Amino acid sequence: MRIWKFGHNVDTDQIIPAEYLTTGNAKKLATHAFAKVRPEFSEEVKEGDVVMAGENFGCGSSREHAPRALLGAGISCVIARSFARIFFRNSINIGLHLIEADVFDRVEEGDEIEISFEVGMIRNNTKKEEYKFKPLPEFMQKLLDSGGLIPYIKKQKWELNK
Amino acid sequence: MPTIAEKILSEKAGKEEKVEAGEILECEVDYIMVNDITGVPAFEVFEELKLDEPMRKELMVVIQDHYVPNKDVDSAEQAKALRDYAQRYGIANYYEIGKEGSGICHQVMIEEGFAAPGRLIIGADSHTCSYGALGAFSTGIGSTEAAAALATGRLWFKVPATQKFVLDGELKRYVMGKDIILHIIGDIGVSGSLYKSQEFYGTTIRNMCLSDRITISNMAVEAGAKAGIIPPDEKVFELLRGRVRGDYKAVYADGNESEYEEVFEYNASEIVPTVAKPFSPENTVPASELDVPIDQAYLGSCTNGRIEDLRIAAELLKGKKISREVRMIVIPASKRVFEHALEEGLIKIFLEADAFVCGPTCGACLGGHMGVLASGERCISTTNRNFIGRMGHKDSEVYLANPAVVAASALEGRIIDPTELELWR
Repeated sequence: MRIWKFGHNVDTDQIIPAEYLTTGNAKKLATHAFAKVRPEFSEEVKEGDVVMAGENFGCGSSREHAPRALLGAGISCVIARSFARIFFRNSINIGLHLIEADVFDRVEEGDEIEISFEVGMIRNNTKKEEYKFKPLPEFMQKLLDSGGLIPYIKKQKWELNK
Repeated sequence: MPTIAEKILSEKAGKEEKVEAGEILECEVDYIMVNDITGVPAFEVFEELKLDEPMRKELMVVIQDHYVPNKDVDSAEQAKALRDYAQRYGIANYYEIGKEGSGICHQVMIEEGFAAPGRLIIGADSHTCSYGALGAFSTGIGSTEAAAALATGRLWFKVPATQKFVLDGELKRYVMGKDIILHIIGDIGVSGSLYKSQEFYGTTIRNMCLSDRITISNMAVEAGAKAGIIPPDEKVFELLRGRVRGDYKAVYADGNESEYEEVFEYNASEIVPTVAKPFSPENTVPASELDVPIDQAYLGSCTNGRIEDLRIAAELLKGKKISREVRMIVIPASKRVFEHALEEGLIKIFLEADAFVCGPTCGACLGGHMGVLASGERCISTTNRNFIGRMGHKDSEVYLANPAVVAASALEGRIIDPTELELWR
């Protein structure tokens, strides 16, 4: 899984510029992911690649189109020092994996990594290093394991358990 | 003792005992708002859910505001799809452009009496936090969450820790709510309130008009906050008289007994007209320190498109002409604001000053339409974000400021503190 490295405070306008928000389709959105700041991204990204960033990834607009565009592009996980809260919720609710870990200074663009969610470990095959990360809170992990909020609700029949 | 955020979330979760920051609750929501960008995906996801229970359509508010009037065929199709969904499901709270009560979603939510103290309101638009100025816990969510809430009437929330901001002192001339919030974001940074709720107190806030308070709560999200709450007072109750839908109950914290994670104190009399330079709202400087030529001046948006904002700009523009080098765009935040501005003669002042005036839309603020910037162009704007390419080309620049700074800068053709303009004339 190749690392696509971004900086701090990457906003949702960078992830998916507003002019493309005339569809909610993940695959269509993916063709414009990072269009203004990394025009090569949508062409070169491969299934399973990982987006890596610093603080406050996904700040700005509440557009769920941002995590949808990343899912559509085949991104398997976003690793950041911290996430903006709406992006964080949106990602979990639609089943995009997130890892909050302070490895920004140790991982570089193009590094090949593997992630074990069960163990909470990122293995950097390029640098021959391993980094631990804290798993998500239990409730959020449950949402993710279900595939997102909608499958979770279906499974739980949330409404009936009032 | 709990903070306002903790009290509202706890009540909406039906909890008797005190809730702690970090706890995850399932809460009943009072309203769910979607717009033309986020609404269609919400209805699509709702249909995927296929629950047996009827849709909680009485909670839903659907507002066409982002790409209206439609900017191209795709946005027209999207608006049409939203219109069809609203009709098919019989959504009574549907706002179409030009019609009574219409406008930019957050202004509509306030004017139409959806926002009120003590309520828990979610909206698929990040500036939903605006209603904190009325004492509500309101926050931005995604389309999937809107769909889930539409199906169940509920949503999960992580109880945020609360930061207290105390502002005392009398504001200088031409200093507005915008300068307060830009000053705070400049101080704590765009992740300074990440995952947290803000509460605002002090004499400055108490003496401030509601419109300026809304600007403050509106931009809470630019510091990463989940909510930006101001304890409601007579100004809020007055606004809601004859307007609010249903009953509401004001919720207050318990003074110094409430458990705030952090307390920030500011002498607001020292705050000057402030500008956030590209490409971050935290990149703040006093307007007087800038000497930047501009191509466009934008007055509008959910942040600063209210009648009070238009009045101060008109005061500066009256009888003058905008610089030949500058295109000024004025977008009242709602039909009502437009009507007031017309009645008060403000629209005439804008037109005579050579501004372009148009009905409510979010268009230009997010680089959609009605004021998109070309490469190398600079805009002084009353909006809320100055990210890379936010209002157009990736090599264009947005400077955020209050309506007085925008009007004064439009006259001068470069960014200026309105106080200086006054000294010269």
